[in-house]
Amino acid sequence: MTSIDARGATAVAIADGVRAGKLLARDVAEQYLDRIARLDGALGCYLLVDAEGARRRADAVDAAYKAGRDPGALAGVPLGVKDIFCTRGVETTCASKILRGFVPPYESTVTSRLAAAGGVMLGKLNMDEFAMGSSNENSAFKPVKNPWSHAHVPGGSSGGSAAATAASLCAGAIGTDTGGSIRQPAALCGVVGVKPTYGRVSRYGVIAFASSLDHPGPFGRTVEDAAALLEAMAGVDEHDATSIPAPVGAYRAAARTGGDGPEPLKGVRIGVPDEYFQPGMDAEVESAVRAALDELARAGARIVKVSLPNTKYAIATYYLICTAEASSNLARYDGVRFGYRAGDARSLEEMYTKTRGEGFGTEPKRRIMLGTYVLRAGYYEAYYGKALRARRKIADDFQAAFAGCDAIVTPTSPIPAFKFGEKTSDPLQMYLADVLTVGPDLAGIPALSQPCGFTKAGLPIGLQTIAPALGEETCFRVAGAYEARTKWHQQLPPETAS
Amino acid sequence: MSLDDYEIVIGLEVHAQLATRSKIFSWSSTAFGAEPNTLTDPVCLGLPGVLPVLNRGVVDAAVRLGLAVGSKIRQRCRFTRKHYFYPDLPKNIQISQFDEPICDGGTVKFRLHGETRAVRLTRIHLEEDAGKNIHADATKSLVDYNRAGVPLCEIVSEPEIGSADEAAEYVRALRTLVRYLGIGDGNMEEGSLRCDANVSLRKRGTTAFGTKTEIKNMNSFKNVRDAIEHEVKRQASVLDGGGRVVQETRLWDAARGVTQSMRSKEQAHDYRYFPEPDLPPVVVDDAALAALGKTLPELPEDRFARYAGPVGLSPQDAGVLVSEREIAGYYDAAVAAGAPAKRAANWVINEVLAVVGDARKLGDADVPVPPAALAGLVKLVDDGTLSGKLAKEVFGKMWAERRTAADIVAKEGLAQVSDGGELEAACRKVIAANPTEAANFKANPKLMGFFVGAVMKETGGKANPKAVNEILRKLLA
Repeated sequence: MTSIDARGATAVAIADGVRAGKLLARDVAEQYLDRIARLDGALGCYLLVDAEGARRRADAVDAAYKAGRDPGALAGVPLGVKDIFCTRGVETTCASKILRGFVPPYESTVTSRLAAAGGVMLGKLNMDEFAMGSSNENSAFKPVKNPWSHAHVPGGSSGGSAAATAASLCAGAIGTDTGGSIRQPAALCGVVGVKPTYGRVSRYGVIAFASSLDHPGPFGRTVEDAAALLEAMAGVDEHDATSIPAPVGAYRAAARTGGDGPEPLKGVRIGVPDEYFQPGMDAEVESAVRAALDELARAGARIVKVSLPNTKYAIATYYLICTAEASSNLARYDGVRFGYRAGDARSLEEMYTKTRGEGFGTEPKRRIMLGTYVLRAGYYEAYYGKALRARRKIADDFQAAFAGCDAIVTPTSPIPAFKFGEKTSDPLQMYLADVLTVGPDLAGIPALSQPCGFTKAGLPIGLQTIAPALGEETCFRVAGAYEARTKWHQQLPPETAS
Repeated sequence: MSLDDYEIVIGLEVHAQLATRSKIFSWSSTAFGAEPNTLTDPVCLGLPGVLPVLNRGVVDAAVRLGLAVGSKIRQRCRFTRKHYFYPDLPKNIQISQFDEPICDGGTVKFRLHGETRAVRLTRIHLEEDAGKNIHADATKSLVDYNRAGVPLCEIVSEPEIGSADEAAEYVRALRTLVRYLGIGDGNMEEGSLRCDANVSLRKRGTTAFGTKTEIKNMNSFKNVRDAIEHEVKRQASVLDGGGRVVQETRLWDAARGVTQSMRSKEQAHDYRYFPEPDLPPVVVDDAALAALGKTLPELPEDRFARYAGPVGLSPQDAGVLVSEREIAGYYDAAVAAGAPAKRAANWVINEVLAVVGDARKLGDADVPVPPAALAGLVKLVDDGTLSGKLAKEVFGKMWAERRTAADIVAKEGLAQVSDGGELEAACRKVIAANPTEAANFKANPKLMGFFVGAVMKETGGKANPKAVNEILRKLLA
């Protein structure tokens, strides 16, 4: 029996070791639990550590191996789960006071598939309340620190997932991306994050923020790790009517072809849209991304110019749709059946208003108000209806661009991680953090973010690869090729014990 | 002014529960009367993270109803979220249909006081039911979510129903239709058929609609009739007094026989409708539409036309037979087994319905007298083997003992005696025993009844009365 250093370990190395009988899932789990105990006090990634459950799950994996059964493609891989996924018997809060104490009686499709593949859930990860935010400052409980600099935000809303993956407080994680909530924190924390095609991964058991935009997806230290997780998560689900019945692609294999020969991207056309390189973009981000494009060209790709002319409407469109859907989805938090209920209400009306007034944080309230306005009688066409048409145009832009290219490569975020408090006073500035990520959400197409450099201050920079619907394999192939030729993903954030 | 000076304008919204086994968007049972909150699941409870998945049986049921009333079926339609806060509504969202109902238009045909009526429909749409609030005491309310997510179709009529009677008959026609199609049980008392009425008055001869009120909480046909009748009178007296009807929702209080204001238009909700993002559009392709069309049974009014027309039954009898699909099915089966149509109708209406209790039990496979057995009995009467009087006794035995008429007649010697020789001997015996009456017969022919009765007594009721009459007339002449 060998051991593995959890710091910087990849999910596939752990799974390979456990499946080969060289590693015990239990030993691996203990190492990660130990790291969480030592390091997470300073980072704030976990809202709940389920140590007992993790040990039980790890022991089951070891028992399966001993009994001669295949413990699964993710055998013994310690995973962090964004606290937006319902986990049976384990409190699920969406980082909101209004859901405190909510213990789901059922399991999300994604977490049950990961468990079936041998994944070992360590606990529930911090996030912006109801996935609303780009900095993790909107968690009702505590902020998550960026492992590369504790003065900086990790991005959001899946900030806990990105930071925990970066800091090796899990070997992989899952999150959700509604306007960039996987890719933006992945970029800001220097890990790989994938937002798959809408419907590729089931939303059953994922607490809804904006139903038509919510995309569950994986975080990994490497492209192949993210691919391995997505392979286990993806696929049609009878509990999600919007899930896609197409067979799941060979994502891991696609990620590996990136290492094939000197020109693994020969014949691949990569589109670069001017609209994604606008004034206001950080110069270090732009130069890192331009350098990455050069590297992709050296890997054999042909770089072509494409245009996404409706990009300028993306943020407005996104905020009309997501607030409208959020105002609807968040109606169920009323104190009647689960979660927080204000104690001193004297009427039904008062119970509703006090419960929601006290239970929701500022950002959910802001979005509920905006969404309620958007959907009010007589204004549907002016706001929601118009936003749906703009959404169609944005999706059409991508389709037209993909007539001339196989993938589109852009920065993930126009800026690296910002400091705590820097944008909290101006919600609009915060909303603009999503400007390069909302497009693929609106279009429902897959996009991946991976590390492509660091600023002089040592903050990670993210590269985004976008593909047509169900083109996840293209994302993994391009990203795998880039990763095989660079070493950014091997850098580890500093460790400070708490 | 009198009531006759007003034209009554009624539009009805009928909610029919669709009898699928599981709920419209989840897997719990739709059974009625279970312990509170035992028929629930995370989806119908609206727990965080759940998603609705459409039960396709619900679509099929609504399409069949639409085809039965001649609606235009919308072959691609959407569900919509309707928002309002109430504890019985788990998500504070009702998944319904708004701008794209599954059925547009259609006509419900029925009979009112012997005349054919046709009420046009605006639409039929699908939605989920809410749970039920139970107000335990002044400080506590409980909610039972068993009903939450039970499939409903809402059938909206045009405002062209002209009386309380017509409204009640229209609702009854919908119930019959729902039952014929087997898509619901239409039980108003259990709430599987519910009705809201929009009622307004206008002066006869005018065309603009008056201000309407919406009446809720009518859970029987009688309630529908009484509530609308009361509301019409109430509005007429308001208008007569120079007042104006207030647009509002009113609840029918059956115990007190009045409607009471519940909420006015000013308090009306903004439902903030928008397309349900968790459900893809519902598609009913041409093949599915054609296949569903083939599953339609003979509908009540078509059956009525056949019975009252070619079959030659009275409209009253035809009406009774078509009132439930099981009665008509039983009747048709008896006729198919050889019973003459008119005689079979009498037997079904006067005898079978008198003993069966719930007429819908006639559809059961183990009904005590199956249609073929009834046909056997009716044939014995028809060919003179069994007298009408004895036949009723035989039917009673058949129902109680599950035996055939032929068996009872044979084993108990109940066959009618039509044999001339046997009857003549009995007649002679009776005449010999009553010489005075025999002597008086010519002067008093009414004595025939006395002699017939005596012969029937002599033969234990088995004599064919027609034959006895003839023999006596000859012997006493």
